[in-house]
Amino acid sequence: MIELVNISYEIDNKKILDNINIKFDSNFTVITGPNGSGKSTLAKIIMGIIKPTSGKVLYNGEDITNYSIDKRARSGISFSFQQPVKFKGLTVFDLIKLSSNDELDFNSSCDILSKVGLCAREYINREIDDSLSGGELKRIEIASIFVRNSNVTIFDEPEAGIDLWSFKNLISIFKELREKNNSKTIIISHQERIISIADKVIILENGKVKDDKDYLLNELNLKKCPKLGGDVNE
Amino acid sequence: MNDLDKHILKIINEELSKNGTAYNIRKDGKSIERNSNDNIKIESKKDKDGINILVKENTINGYVHIPVLITQSGLSDKVYNDFYIGKNSIVTINAGCGIHNDKHKDSSHNGIHRFFIEEGSYVKYIEKHYGEGEGKGKRILDPVTEVHLGKNATLEMDTAQIKGVSSTIRKTKAVLDDGSKLIINEKIMTHESQTAKTIFDVKLNGKSSSAKVTSRSVATENSYQEFVSKVVGNNECFGHVECDAIIKDNAKVLSDPKILAQHIDARLIHEATIGKIAGEQLIKLMTLGLSKKKAEETIINGFLK
Repeated sequence: MIELVNISYEIDNKKILDNINIKFDSNFTVITGPNGSGKSTLAKIIMGIIKPTSGKVLYNGEDITNYSIDKRARSGISFSFQQPVKFKGLTVFDLIKLSSNDELDFNSSCDILSKVGLCAREYINREIDDSLSGGELKRIEIASIFVRNSNVTIFDEPEAGIDLWSFKNLISIFKELREKNNSKTIIISHQERIISIADKVIILENGKVKDDKDYLLNELNLKKCPKLGGDVNE
Repeated sequence: MNDLDKHILKIINEELSKNGTAYNIRKDGKSIERNSNDNIKIESKKDKDGINILVKENTINGYVHIPVLITQSGLSDKVYNDFYIGKNSIVTINAGCGIHNDKHKDSSHNGIHRFFIEEGSYVKYIEKHYGEGEGKGKRILDPVTEVHLGKNATLEMDTAQIKGVSSTIRKTKAVLDDGSKLIINEKIMTHESQTAKTIFDVKLNGKSSSAKVTSRSVATENSYQEFVSKVVGNNECFGHVECDAIIKDNAKVLSDPKILAQHIDARLIHEATIGKIAGEQLIKLMTLGLSKKKAEETIINGFLK
């Protein structure tokens, strides 16, 4: 289990996170809140991509605040990027193989691609570069994280860049993750359907935890109305 | 061949199978083994050092291997190899040069290759350059390639300088006829104080001819690389040159592209990128559990694959 204790993060004299205390003890936690509220920063602090200005990150009671990214990964924490990273030369199969710690063979890698709605034959040998669309990259990113079977998996806005059809696959992947024993999923998301399957929802605003259920409801209602800037697809 | 020869040969020409295949193995300035077959004839040149490789027309799935081994320190080897590919053939040519220099004198090999590829043929040319040895003597490789592509002919050239080459100047010239296609994939990695310069000069003379030159290079430590290309469009044609370089440490890379369109329907593109390994790539691989060093290796190996 991940626990954040008095986490603050400041950059250029601006407080991004202000004394955050969260225990991620549920199987499926969604962190939501307005843009700029510090959600992605919080996720990156858990993975070690950003170092907090103060406070501690505990993992199963152990202080991992000073652990490197790779050490956290090897301890069982995974991170899915909001903007998937591109590589010239590395193929989809290379990435999935690396993600699974060389355990997945070609056929199993194809299975996981099908799970995220990609035709494995078309994609498995493609390079992860500009020739892939944003949505394709995102699905490959999610597939590569899913195969890691980590104790803690963090998704930073998994819905970003995903079309409606793929979104249905995404929800079923998350439902599968939620049912896994001994596995905690933390998702940064604005999507009502992701929020609706959460065991726990945490709202961040201005770098602070805002435990306000009415606020959440207002947010969701706003999303339902396209005229007010909500998502028409939903 | 002794064990050292076999070791170098394995690195530069792993595919070599002598079973009926046409091949010529050159060691320290002399041809030491050769074989021709019904479709592919290899013969010594009469006027200068080198060989003619003659491929009969309609040869399908022909293979030619022409590896060069240099193990003698201080040797300066120059060879002229001409490839005559008959019409409508499909041929793979495996070339490459490995230098082992353990002493203080410089060793060098200059392979002057000319390709005459007739109408409708497809040639895949694979070349690996490699150097090794603890001595202070330089390992120098200066290949010159001249390509004449007939109507609707294709040459796909994969060249790789793996490691250990002190200095290289690689010159490639090509002239393309109607409907012909040139595809070049170049991979270069330099270390220490090595220097590598590649010069491409491509003339798209034929209607609907096309050229795609992709160069990927990694320059590390104090090495220096230069990429020079000139693609001239003299007809309705398409040319695309892409040069990507990763720099590390104190390395320097110069990219000098030129594209010249001399026909209203010539379409020419050049893309060049130079930079260090992107931080986000390292972070991504580290989130998969790879150490920073291993992540860097993985990115470079993938880039040069």
